[in-house]
Amino acid sequence: MAQIEEVTVEQLKHLVSERAIEGETMLLNMGPQHPSTHGVLRILLELDGEIVVNCVPDIGFLHTGVEKNMEAKTYQKAEVMSDRLDYLDTVGNNLAYCLAVEKLVDLDVPVRAQAIRVILAELQRIASHLVWLGTAGLDLGAMSMFLYCFREREYILDILELVSGQRMMTTYIRPGGLWRDVPVEFESAVRAFLKMMPKRIDEYEALLTRNPIMLDRVLGISTLSKETALQYGVTGPLLRASGMKWDLRKEHPYCGYEQYDFEVPMREEGDVYARYLVRIQEMRESLKIIEQALNKLPYGPVRSDNRKFVPPPRSEIGVSMEALIHHFKLWTEGFDAPKGSVYVAIESPRGELGVYLEGDGGPKPYRVHWRTPSFDNLQVLPVLAKGLFVADLVALIGSIDIVLGDIDR
Amino acid sequence: MDAALIWEWVIKALFLIFFLLGGFAYLTWYERKALARIQVRYGPNRAGPYGLLQPIADAVKLIFKEELTPSMADKVIFILAPIVTVVPVMLMAATVPWGPPIQLFGRTINMSVADLNVGVLYITSIASIAVYGIVLAGWSSNNKYAILGGLRASAQMVSYELALGLAFVLPILLAGSMRLMDIVTKQAEMGWFVLIQPVGALIFLIATLAEIGRAPFDMPDAEQELSSSYHSEYSGMKFALFFMAEYEKMIVICAIAATLFFGGFLGPGVDKWPWLGPIYLLAKIIVLLFLMIWVRATFPRIRYDRLMALGWKVLLPTALGLVFVTALGILLAEAVNPAMLWIIPLLSLVAGVLAVGVIERALRRKEYARR
Repeated sequence: MAQIEEVTVEQLKHLVSERAIEGETMLLNMGPQHPSTHGVLRILLELDGEIVVNCVPDIGFLHTGVEKNMEAKTYQKAEVMSDRLDYLDTVGNNLAYCLAVEKLVDLDVPVRAQAIRVILAELQRIASHLVWLGTAGLDLGAMSMFLYCFREREYILDILELVSGQRMMTTYIRPGGLWRDVPVEFESAVRAFLKMMPKRIDEYEALLTRNPIMLDRVLGISTLSKETALQYGVTGPLLRASGMKWDLRKEHPYCGYEQYDFEVPMREEGDVYARYLVRIQEMRESLKIIEQALNKLPYGPVRSDNRKFVPPPRSEIGVSMEALIHHFKLWTEGFDAPKGSVYVAIESPRGELGVYLEGDGGPKPYRVHWRTPSFDNLQVLPVLAKGLFVADLVALIGSIDIVLGDIDR
Repeated sequence: MDAALIWEWVIKALFLIFFLLGGFAYLTWYERKALARIQVRYGPNRAGPYGLLQPIADAVKLIFKEELTPSMADKVIFILAPIVTVVPVMLMAATVPWGPPIQLFGRTINMSVADLNVGVLYITSIASIAVYGIVLAGWSSNNKYAILGGLRASAQMVSYELALGLAFVLPILLAGSMRLMDIVTKQAEMGWFVLIQPVGALIFLIATLAEIGRAPFDMPDAEQELSSSYHSEYSGMKFALFFMAEYEKMIVICAIAATLFFGGFLGPGVDKWPWLGPIYLLAKIIVLLFLMIWVRATFPRIRYDRLMALGWKVLLPTALGLVFVTALGILLAEAVNPAMLWIIPLLSLVAGVLAVGVIERALRRKEYARR
């Protein structure tokens, strides 16, 4: 057992300024149960009146040990853990994990499966941005936005339920393809959503984009420069709002993103408003991608037929002894992945979501590490928070769009 | 002063208090329903038909809740603060006339509890006492969020009281009296003051929103920033008292706004059937209340320092300008021609447009690149 060192007050004093120790400024504990910390983030604030002097984020209240747990499960069974990381981007988590496993064992994925993966990932991106828009609006006091956004998110969750039977923790994307093909109603459901959503985004914009109170709250607040963003490893909409056109879907395409025609929205200003505009535009671009993918959705299998890694379809098990054996072997002891390590990154709604997977030749991963975007994006909070009002800090946290499950893993 | 007069006062006061208590309960239901419909929800619909028994269920729950007092709180002030918040609100309602005087049992009965000749002054002075409750609640809770909220509340009230006071001056000038009854009867001959002074009515409504701390000026209890600040340490009935104060304030302020600018109890047929007066006033209050709820559902919250900038830099100068315009119009109407009164709305609209231009600039900070 490792010795746990006791931390003295003296060791912690550097976190706040001298003025706090003299009692000139006020220390305020914001969170872990605070309506605007989006979960269980705790922030130690040093306030001069209402102005933030120092801001020390304290994470770990939602630590679940997902990474360590994944090491104890076979490659297929570990996947369900990945849903629980970023609970607003479950499809994206599955996708990143499956891409990593596929890269490790060198599996090919049929084109139909890839197109469906893209559709679902983009739907999930819209859902995640809707939650962000609703909660960020709520932080600013625009309470109706929250309910409007959740109304549209329901449609997406319904589609996810339609394909997988689950609203959030879908685990629909599997190493080597998908769990099963989408039901026949899928296409019409997605088309209905595509038809409705642009108008709804227009409605959100009518409520917020040119609203003078909104502009007053977000314009020029907490400007993040491109250099700082790059230093801190900030990715996703935050980076794109700071004037860097970096989107992994364009830079390192996966799942056939290179065949779709879409723009990467970018703003130069780097403030809360720029992040808002970028995310709104991303929703529109995602709709474009979904439409293209749906229009040329190819027919064919949705799972690799490499029986060593991918279980056979249900229909085969009853007629083929071999299929039954494969099924039994795969779900009891799993498949042996080769020795080696891979890193796969995708563009999640929050930024670069990377999976580092190390195999030791056995059926269980030797090490799984997630490079989660919220964790890296949160690091920039103390830099941006200095000199802001408490009200602006709330807007800033909302605009970073953190998910605590993603940070604490 | 005879015994009958005292009985008359007691009965009227009791009537008013029960009206406010009932109104408060059903205003919460009204707000929740209206907000819910705007936000594509149903709102309360479990207790009773259309959720009409919901306020009673809430009251029962709050009465039986455990009341906690923080151990380091200043106990006396902690208990006093909700009372200081509620009582002025009820006092404020006393001067509002509910209808024309009626003849009953051979007596002329005024339809207000107290028809003071300094009614408007009385309202402004009583209204500013209520902020003490919030500040004291914030201070005595021994909670950092609460004290921040209390400070915000005091700063906000100070910034808005002036604009509000000047907005009160406009109907006084037009009616030539501070008695609310006179203001209403004057509107019977001149037309509603909102027609003569539309910008003044708007300023009054904005300032009252800030005064009673409703969205978008709900900084003192900004839930997302200070987690309900000044009443975060309160529970049970003490919390309910703050709630009650806020909602009763809404009703009373709407009644005053209706009286000063929207013709009070006036309406077609009031001369013949005086009992129509309270109904008209109630209808006007309900419409104004819906306006407040609508604003809450639509707008984000203004930032605390921007709010003060709005109060000091925009509303106060505009209100001053309006007072000048109104006085000028009245003088000209007396000296030259009664029709000259109508330069008041024209000039005040000009002042309003100017003010909107100023708002644009006052609210836009330097780093605002035009995007």
